[in-house]
Amino acid sequence: MSGFTTQELFAIFAMQGFSGLSLFCVFLLMALGLAIIFGQMGVINMAHGEFMTLGAYLTYLVSVQAATLGEWALDAYFPVAIAVAFLGAFMLGYLVERFMIRHLYQRPLDTLLATWGLGLILQQLFRSIFGPREKTVTMPDWLLGSYSATDMIDIPLNGLFILAITILLSVALLVLLYRSRWGTKVRATTQNRTMANAAGINTDRVDRLTFALGCGTAGVAGAAFTTIASTGPTSGGQYIVDTFLVVVFGGAASLFGTIVSAFGIAQSQSILSFFWSGSMAKVFTLLTVVVILMFRPQGLFASKVRR
Amino acid sequence: MNNAMLLEIEDLEVSFDGFKAIDGLNFYVERHELRVVIGPNGAGKTTLLDLICGKTRATGGRITFNNRELTRLAEHRIVQAGVGRKFQTPSVYENLTVYQNLELSSPGARSVLSSLFFRRTPELRSRIDEIARTIYLSDQLTISAGLLSHGQKQWLEIGMLLIQDPQLLMLDEPVAGMSVPEREATAALLNRIRENRAVIVIEHDMDFVKEIGRKVTVLHQGRIIAEGPVEKVAADERVIEVYLGH
Amino acid sequence: MKAMITAFGGRITFIQLAVIAALLMVLLPAITDIYRLNLFGKYLTYAFVAVGLVLCWGHGGILSLGQGIFFGLGGYCMAMFLKLEASTPEATASQTTPGIPDFMDWNRVTELPWFWEPFNSFTLTLMAIVVIPAVFAWLIGYAMFKRRVGGVYFAIITQAIAVIMTILIVGQQGYTGGINGITDLRTLLGWDIRTDSARTILYYACCVALLLCLLASRYLLESRFGRLLIAMRDQEDRVRFSGYDVANMKVFVFVVASVFAAIGGAFFTLQVGFMSPTFIGAVASIEMVVFCAVGGRLSVVGAAVGAFMVSWSKTTLSETFPQLWPVLLGALFIAVVMFFPRGLAGLVSDYAPQALSKWRRQAGRTPPSGDPAAEEPSR
Repeated sequence: MSGFTTQELFAIFAMQGFSGLSLFCVFLLMALGLAIIFGQMGVINMAHGEFMTLGAYLTYLVSVQAATLGEWALDAYFPVAIAVAFLGAFMLGYLVERFMIRHLYQRPLDTLLATWGLGLILQQLFRSIFGPREKTVTMPDWLLGSYSATDMIDIPLNGLFILAITILLSVALLVLLYRSRWGTKVRATTQNRTMANAAGINTDRVDRLTFALGCGTAGVAGAAFTTIASTGPTSGGQYIVDTFLVVVFGGAASLFGTIVSAFGIAQSQSILSFFWSGSMAKVFTLLTVVVILMFRPQGLFASKVRR
Repeated sequence: MNNAMLLEIEDLEVSFDGFKAIDGLNFYVERHELRVVIGPNGAGKTTLLDLICGKTRATGGRITFNNRELTRLAEHRIVQAGVGRKFQTPSVYENLTVYQNLELSSPGARSVLSSLFFRRTPELRSRIDEIARTIYLSDQLTISAGLLSHGQKQWLEIGMLLIQDPQLLMLDEPVAGMSVPEREATAALLNRIRENRAVIVIEHDMDFVKEIGRKVTVLHQGRIIAEGPVEKVAADERVIEVYLGH
Repeated sequence: MKAMITAFGGRITFIQLAVIAALLMVLLPAITDIYRLNLFGKYLTYAFVAVGLVLCWGHGGILSLGQGIFFGLGGYCMAMFLKLEASTPEATASQTTPGIPDFMDWNRVTELPWFWEPFNSFTLTLMAIVVIPAVFAWLIGYAMFKRRVGGVYFAIITQAIAVIMTILIVGQQGYTGGINGITDLRTLLGWDIRTDSARTILYYACCVALLLCLLASRYLLESRFGRLLIAMRDQEDRVRFSGYDVANMKVFVFVVASVFAAIGGAFFTLQVGFMSPTFIGAVASIEMVVFCAVGGRLSVVGAAVGAFMVSWSKTTLSETFPQLWPVLLGALFIAVVMFFPRGLAGLVSDYAPQALSKWRRQAGRTPPSGDPAAEEPSR
């Protein structure tokens, strides 16, 4: 690090930090959905990445449609795309719960394997429909360009946009789970399924909606993803291992923990990758997380409950 | 210290996120005693057993068994020291036969290597037959434990503890969900197995308590509120207020 | 003698193994050419992994999504030895630094890294193939099982380790050969492994090793330890409160499974002639779980057959229908998990006894009387 002045170092940290922020957004958007499904239901959804890819492709389709409508549509399509991505992933998730996950609740390891099979099928479907080449979404003009904080620091606008989406979605989910009546039902089901059932909560319905909501969140993650990268059949799948580590590292039952751990993992990968090669930065970060998890398996934030 | 006591618990304390489930408990059990622990839901009965067998760790206090401190010992060491614990819901190995359930629970061959090279001896076979008779399962030895009735599973789990010949046997609601004849058979079983060991029973059912009990301890909010012969405790005003009156 | 047979699960074990041996070592070589036989040998190396998974996942309930790590460790140990043997100063005279593997030279490494040194010795290599995966598995297992980490957490963490290892090997090209792996392996102690006769001999050696692993697994499952595995899977607390150190048991079975995988990996390198990070990563590791699940997670013989058949169909189908194979594999996975959790072996054991007893009745035989101690409801 001797070759840099303090000012340069600061600029590097700020800019790498900001590019880490984009990675953080992808991690967090993916992880929020996983955390809801895993934390609330104990289900491991290995096809989660494919739900994200689905959201990204749906966004791409909406942008193609918008391009045929003209300039004004290109400027305004993005909110529509987010809604479409959410609904598409939500509905697929609903069906998957109904026909597959529901039969496997007593066997968490088997859910993991079955959803991996599902992910494989979805990936191939994407490849057949959209082709192996990556698709790039036409971006609205207002998302291009960057904001210059100082002479040396340039912050891309799409990065700011994805950050805004992430914050909005996180807040919405936190409110939904901890402030709404439906959230109370979900948490009641998590804590004591039999009692929740006895108290008149339709736990089957809660499960289905929880799973679908988690998948819908992944769809939104996909929409956000298109603003920073192009989409291929395996775009979502390649984040699945990192995202699982994010969820487990944060403490499975804590959404707040998920946010902190997504931030930590993304920032350390991004900042380290400036000084080392990207692969070594990733190895170092993931290895640190794995080693910490070996000593603190409950993750960073976990509640103490008599089991 | 009084060495006649098998189990001495002093100033025991455990809290979950600030909630004190057991709060400054003193509890003594003699060598050949049958003790019944009663108390309303959430009184800390199951937690007490969890603490003794090491499933939950105490945040304060001492548990001495045969003059040995248990609070820092690993679970399997506590078992090897002579403490047996039956869980509230019957936990037997449903995919194995009754015979295999009993054999696996027999002491010896508890390390990886010795279990790999374990050979059953004629003594062990006759011991298993003897236990099976005690728990009324002689005719069920070859069927898988998953096929037993609820009551039979409870007995099997008691048998799995008996084969370890523990000095202290702890039973968490052994007659919950049993029919009346099964309950009577269990009472007879308890009266037989207490002959050469100490037994702690958690029970809700006062009729059953009167059937087997001599000395009763009443827990409430993590503390002992009464202790003594069953008739005396049943007449205690505080006990009636918090528990029996309901 | 009878006690010996019982210790391995009775006559049925030996009948099954004899059938497998006859199929692999008599029938297959008789009907196929050496090219196919070599391919079959490659499929058999996955069977080692699948058999290990039966022990730790099917019976012990420990799902490792990182068995590729151990397959890879075994394979890389063997590959490093073969590579050093192929990189004599004479053979590599055109390099900037003769006497080191070619990929090191391409990546401007001028000296053999210290961790390559032991692989100059064949004895050390053979030891490394078993010891390195065993120690690594022990470390992972000990750290996690002592802290009661199991189930999905164990699965995720082993998968993450597989991913980390792949990135590391790919990233450190100069020391590991990178994404291409270690290629161009020629001789084993001067014996050319690429000739037809060498390939035949290696195939037979692989078969024998697999049969030994099957036999060892059968012994393990029939012992008190094997019953403990099932007991731990179903009621871990009951086992713990019967005086067993559950973590030790789990660590042991995980180490055994990993050593099996490593032996498979070493045979893979010998028969296929190279080793690369593709066989370590998350996808390869989880495919090995499919092999085991399809064959039958409770049956060692079933899993070995499953590994062979699934990887055979993978080669055949992915050549003919590259689009269809991933869909089929995914569907196979879902179907097995949802509808046939005990896999092919489960189907066989559900229907074969009926057929067998029918045959017995016709032949006028009576079924053998049950020994209460040897009866096993779930085979």
